[in-house]
Amino acid sequence: METVLTTHFADERYRRIDGYRAAGGYEGLRKAVSMPREAIVEEVKKANLRGRGGAGFPAGVKWGFLPKDLSRPRVLVVNADEGEPGTFKDRLILERGPHLLVEGIAITCYALMIHRAYIYIRGEYVRETRILDEALEEARAAGILGKDMLGTGFDLEVTLHRGAGAYICGEETSTINSLEGKRGWPRLKPPFPAVVGAFGLPTLVNNVETLADVPWIMIHGGDRFAALGCEKNGGTRLVGVSGPVVRPGVYELPANANLRSVVYDTAGGLRDGKRLKAVIPGGSSTPVLRADEIDVTFDIESMAKAGTMAGTCGVIVIPEGTCMVRALSVLMNFYAHESCGQCTPCREGTGWLKRITGRIEAGEGRPGDIELILDLCENMMGRTICAMADAAAMPARSFIEKFREEFDRHIAERKCSFGNRF
Amino acid sequence: MSFSLPAAVLAELERILPRYPNRAAAILPALHLVQKEFGHIPDEAIPCVAAAVGTSPADVEGVATFYTMYNRRPVGKHHLQICRNLSCSLMGAEHLLAHLSGKLGIRPGETTPDGMFTLSVVECLGSCGTAPVMQVNDDYHENLTVDSIDALLETLRAGE
Repeated sequence: METVLTTHFADERYRRIDGYRAAGGYEGLRKAVSMPREAIVEEVKKANLRGRGGAGFPAGVKWGFLPKDLSRPRVLVVNADEGEPGTFKDRLILERGPHLLVEGIAITCYALMIHRAYIYIRGEYVRETRILDEALEEARAAGILGKDMLGTGFDLEVTLHRGAGAYICGEETSTINSLEGKRGWPRLKPPFPAVVGAFGLPTLVNNVETLADVPWIMIHGGDRFAALGCEKNGGTRLVGVSGPVVRPGVYELPANANLRSVVYDTAGGLRDGKRLKAVIPGGSSTPVLRADEIDVTFDIESMAKAGTMAGTCGVIVIPEGTCMVRALSVLMNFYAHESCGQCTPCREGTGWLKRITGRIEAGEGRPGDIELILDLCENMMGRTICAMADAAAMPARSFIEKFREEFDRHIAERKCSFGNRF
Repeated sequence: MSFSLPAAVLAELERILPRYPNRAAAILPALHLVQKEFGHIPDEAIPCVAAAVGTSPADVEGVATFYTMYNRRPVGKHHLQICRNLSCSLMGAEHLLAHLSGKLGIRPGETTPDGMFTLSVVECLGSCGTAPVMQVNDDYHENLTVDSIDALLETLRAGE
């Protein structure tokens, strides 16, 4: 299979600019600066590149939202705040191919006349920050970043900005607030970041993987990238598999890879003769699938038809013997901890979801608790500034829908039949 | 004696400031610098940071308390931050947490009396494929087992 991102990831030298160049790195940028700017954008549109941060919005269309008027400087914010539980793919790019990201940033900024880029990287990624910082320094020394990019007269400054531990800062308007030195509270839209974003300026926010795909698209063309995937889903996806599988890890697969095949072939199936119970396909916020529901491909439309989402392609494999009430309780603790507290339905709702799932797991559930959870979800979804409330409600609803008998049994028997453990 | 930020911190902050169109944007990096210096964010540092970036102490306090990584209280020499989200739990994180807690004689959120270790439970660290994971100060320790945790604690203690 043809790979876009990971081809040289096993090679240590690829992390440094010399090794990256030896493998054809920065040729995409070289080609881009010889093209008219509109032609660069056109290739990305043809590529059917969908945002890799979880929402899957077409990147070329998002680029097109920046106002035509160039009188106000524009900003690129790179979202490297990877935090969705089950997701660890951007970290791989940052560690093994930092220059792919730097080159993607350079091409994107050149195409869109952006002279200022900020990389918002999660604070815990200290090692990755160091690697990326070194890559940026190398790119400056090579005349790629800074003044006069490759002799084109185009200037581009890139700054690393570390987060400090807040899941919500992966939400693009929260990222922007955090970059501005504020609490990571999402902003009401409109105005959209493309019009009023970071520091009040027109701002494009793109995920690490999205930008890292751009150099390949420049070299090989949008059509070829599109052909690697399927209709409306161009290219490849970095699929992360976690849980008790034989080979957990990040795999680069066609955008329409089959979930069953990912679990059983790519990741080698479950360890120690365990049997599959459930799969969360796209990060913790995406609805869970039962073992008999995983014959589905990763393209965004197929996942939606199966009642879930491709999200960040963070596959969490759950084996038989796992208490689904406990699993949900772990997730609800997470969302309650990470709610930014700005909107009442999310702040209170995630807190109640945590308390109710917690008491059911502890054998203290009350009749009507399941209906209460479903009612809470109904009153959270779509009623807040950002999608965080939905992100908490979707797993809660789907766990109950798919594994209701376990919740019923916990309440009826007033205990966890799995012994309150994993 | 009145508290002030060390000159080295202020000098580093001056180096960072030009990267942003306004000074207030440097609150997060400023707090990172303070924490690197003191191991946590002392109350006395809040007005100093506010003065340095030209905003109010309330703004700085609001930021310092919003983000999990800023320690508003002192932590031990080694801050053990074990992930207990789903992928890590499926791979035994709860068992490891109980083991750590028993071995150190402290509960999550507490520090050993000798000031060596603080134990914290954290949310997803983005290391799900190498679960269970624990961050110790800046470093990730992955694919943890009871044995590897015991060995790690020995190494950290020996480094005194």
